[in-house]
Amino acid sequence: MSEIEREALLLSLQVASGAVVLALPVALALAWALARGRFHGKALLEAIVNLPLVLPPVVIGYALLVTFGRQGPLGRWLYDTLGLQFVFTFRGAVLAAAVMALPLMVRAIRQALEAVDAGLEAAARTLGATRARVFASITLPLMAPGLLSGAVLGFAASLGEFGATITFVSNVPGQTQTLPLAIYSALQQPGGDTAAARLVLWAMLLALAALALAQWCHRRVQRWLGQVA
Amino acid sequence: MIELELQIERPEMTVQAQMAVPAHGVTAVIGRSGAGKSTLLHALAGLLKPTRGRITLAGRTLFDAAQRIDVPPHRRDFGVVFQEGRLFPHLSVRGNLNYGAHLAAEREGPAFDDVVQLLGIESLLARRPHTLSGGERQRVAIGRALLCRPRALLMDEPLASLDPPRRHELLGYLAELPRRYRLPLLYVTHQIDEVLRLADQVVVMSEGRTVAAGPALAILSDLSLQPLVGRFEAGSVLAGHVVEQLDDWQLTRVDVAGQRITVPHLALPLNAGVRLRIRARDVALQRELQRTSASNQLAGTLTRVLERDGPYCAVELSLGGQVDGATLWALVTRRSLHSLGLAPGQRCVACFKAVAVEGRSVAQFEDEAAR
Repeated sequence: MSEIEREALLLSLQVASGAVVLALPVALALAWALARGRFHGKALLEAIVNLPLVLPPVVIGYALLVTFGRQGPLGRWLYDTLGLQFVFTFRGAVLAAAVMALPLMVRAIRQALEAVDAGLEAAARTLGATRARVFASITLPLMAPGLLSGAVLGFAASLGEFGATITFVSNVPGQTQTLPLAIYSALQQPGGDTAAARLVLWAMLLALAALALAQWCHRRVQRWLGQVA
Repeated sequence: MIELELQIERPEMTVQAQMAVPAHGVTAVIGRSGAGKSTLLHALAGLLKPTRGRITLAGRTLFDAAQRIDVPPHRRDFGVVFQEGRLFPHLSVRGNLNYGAHLAAEREGPAFDDVVQLLGIESLLARRPHTLSGGERQRVAIGRALLCRPRALLMDEPLASLDPPRRHELLGYLAELPRRYRLPLLYVTHQIDEVLRLADQVVVMSEGRTVAAGPALAILSDLSLQPLVGRFEAGSVLAGHVVEQLDDWQLTRVDVAGQRITVPHLALPLNAGVRLRIRARDVALQRELQRTSASNQLAGTLTRVLERDGPYCAVELSLGGQVDGATLWALVTRRSLHSLGLAPGQRCVACFKAVAVEGRSVAQFEDEAAR
């Protein structure tokens, strides 16, 4: 494994993990609002959440650049008050991947939430548990398979993220150059085919390993919930 | 004591209920499916919000629409058992039992070991709900409700999903609870045998309204209510106690209001209290005692005659004795009544075969008030 391969592989893992960690609580909150909430503008919220699925990734990258760039309204404030810079940084790559992965995660988690038997939550209330306690002790454990598949989907989508990332944070080795971007760079160089092929192999291995791990986790969780005899 | 007066608007109907559940004993809420029984129970538990009315439990106001009081379900102190058990699948039996128990640790109430032993679930504690049979699940659900140390128990057709042997077994456990733990139990059902076995009081619901309430025997023997109650046929319920076992004949003799009734063998000790349900169509009338194959001949006074559809009329007999209101209904043709020349106020004899009182028409019931 060459230094470039190692760096890209490690960075991909870090960006994808970071994106899942960042997006999971947001996705859970959004899924809750969409599945259980009763408020005006729910359809609008749902449309906004799903934008990254239907817009070209480049547009999302551009929107992030406009918002979180040094001159952007949010980006300037974050830089001035907290010293956080997004453009050209690892942090920005994580943000781009998280935004792109969000709709998939919300969808998976929302389905899991809708599948939770409200009767069990009602039973828990009658046994003396507050709403918060019911959420933590009944709802969350019962939707664990959905949370898990949401996380896996988000992780996989983040591994493959390209368009929004390259538009928003460019292609900086060691900072934002994940596997897909490294493959792209290799293909741009004359005689880079072999390097690209090796990177493709690593990308495939990584994806397969992630899927296998996800399936193993899923089976464990299902058995724990008693859904598989 | 639970007192309630409620109006609940549901998409499918409006429920208007008014009732008082005594502080001790079992109050059965009966009625056809869709009569609003479950809706009422859910509103009591705080899982549905009524549009109008009030609920009090032992003097404490749980809901009052006018005063904008609506105590959330987790502070209403009801132990609720649902039709499907609703055990938490990700917790063991012990985890399920302890779910509410932890939250009620400071309150006085049933102890873990005591409940587990009473319900016979010691050997299940480490198991997961999906490995339990239907009857085991419901026993755990009952234990879970008891261990949250409630001030009253609410049960919504807890035996509906069980096969007959399991139902019978669980009825035994249920009959123990209210007396043992001195808790009022509001029990929703449409099964007559459950009512016979458990109920001290009965409330009848029909089309969303509470239409009658009173002592179980009086309500169950009220012929005018029976079209509202559901699937079982019109009849009367008598209370008595076992006085003799005729082992050679596989028969049991029961004293009802000072008279003897012979029924197919009951596996009960002497003096055990029983309730017998006798369908009006199984009862014939005669002017005096006769030798017939019908084992049971009860003397009484004809109190009233109700016209029924077709050629029939329903005749009410008062059996007298110490137990108030021991009445027996007979469904006979108007012609028979005419040819016997019977009229209210006259003495006559009702007879029926032992086989008329079998299976689900008999239930053990210790009426503490009557002893």
